[in-house]
Amino acid sequence: MTDKPRKIAFICSKGTLDMAYPALIMGWAALGNGIEVTLFFTFWGMDLINKHRIDHLELAPVANTSMKMSLMGVKTGNLGIPNLMGVLPGMTAFATKLMRDKMNELDVPPVREFMQMLADAGAKMYACKMSVDMMDLKKEDFVDGVEAIVTAAEFIEMTEDSQIIFI
Amino acid sequence: MATREIAGKTVQVNEEGFLTNPSDWTKEIAAELAKEEGIEVLTEGHWKVIDFARQYAGTGGASPTLRTITSGSGVNTKDLFSLFPKGPAKKVAKIAGLGKPEGCV
Repeated sequence: MTDKPRKIAFICSKGTLDMAYPALIMGWAALGNGIEVTLFFTFWGMDLINKHRIDHLELAPVANTSMKMSLMGVKTGNLGIPNLMGVLPGMTAFATKLMRDKMNELDVPPVREFMQMLADAGAKMYACKMSVDMMDLKKEDFVDGVEAIVTAAEFIEMTEDSQIIFI
Repeated sequence: MATREIAGKTVQVNEEGFLTNPSDWTKEIAAELAKEEGIEVLTEGHWKVIDFARQYAGTGGASPTLRTITSGSGVNTKDLFSLFPKGPAKKVAKIAGLGKPEGCV
């Protein structure tokens, strides 16, 4: 082991419920192992820090080939959820509820609480300037823990010696 | 697997310095291991976490996850990270004489 502390930076670009968790779980694991963590939120990933959106992240079964009927409790092996069924009203809400329940069973906290845990554990969080401008957002729209709105160049500079993971 | 002497007791440790047998652990060993991890004095807050971890592990030997510690011991995330800075997951396990946590959160 070298003396230089290991650093990891996550670029969170997705706003769906399933894609919110990878950075949160890996970031939490990194913090638990003494690694410095930076999270940069951009594009759809802005939903993870937007206090009006963070509790409403969803998961859509349409065009999601990994979502099988078996997830809904119908024991049909590899049979997928037909896209035609996925477009029915309520299917997205249903799939979202299934995932939330599963996470809850595993004692994985909801996204808002998870983000707070990361902030409390010392993760640094930043919002992407261009996404902020594009979506007409302000610093007040973000959950606590988001330190600043930074440009792409500033992010690149502050993560000079980090391993970068794009999600 | 190797043996080493900690606080006057000869114990078995793995390649990362974790005690391999949780029943070898004593409070004196904890204090000694804490020093090696950069924690000079174990305060009441530290013991709250260590005692909880020992109790949770029972005979299984694996340390609880950080989330389990914060929801069960009464020590919140901020305090946990300031009591055991730079990597509480491993540090709690090591000082409490347990194995690494087996969960992700």
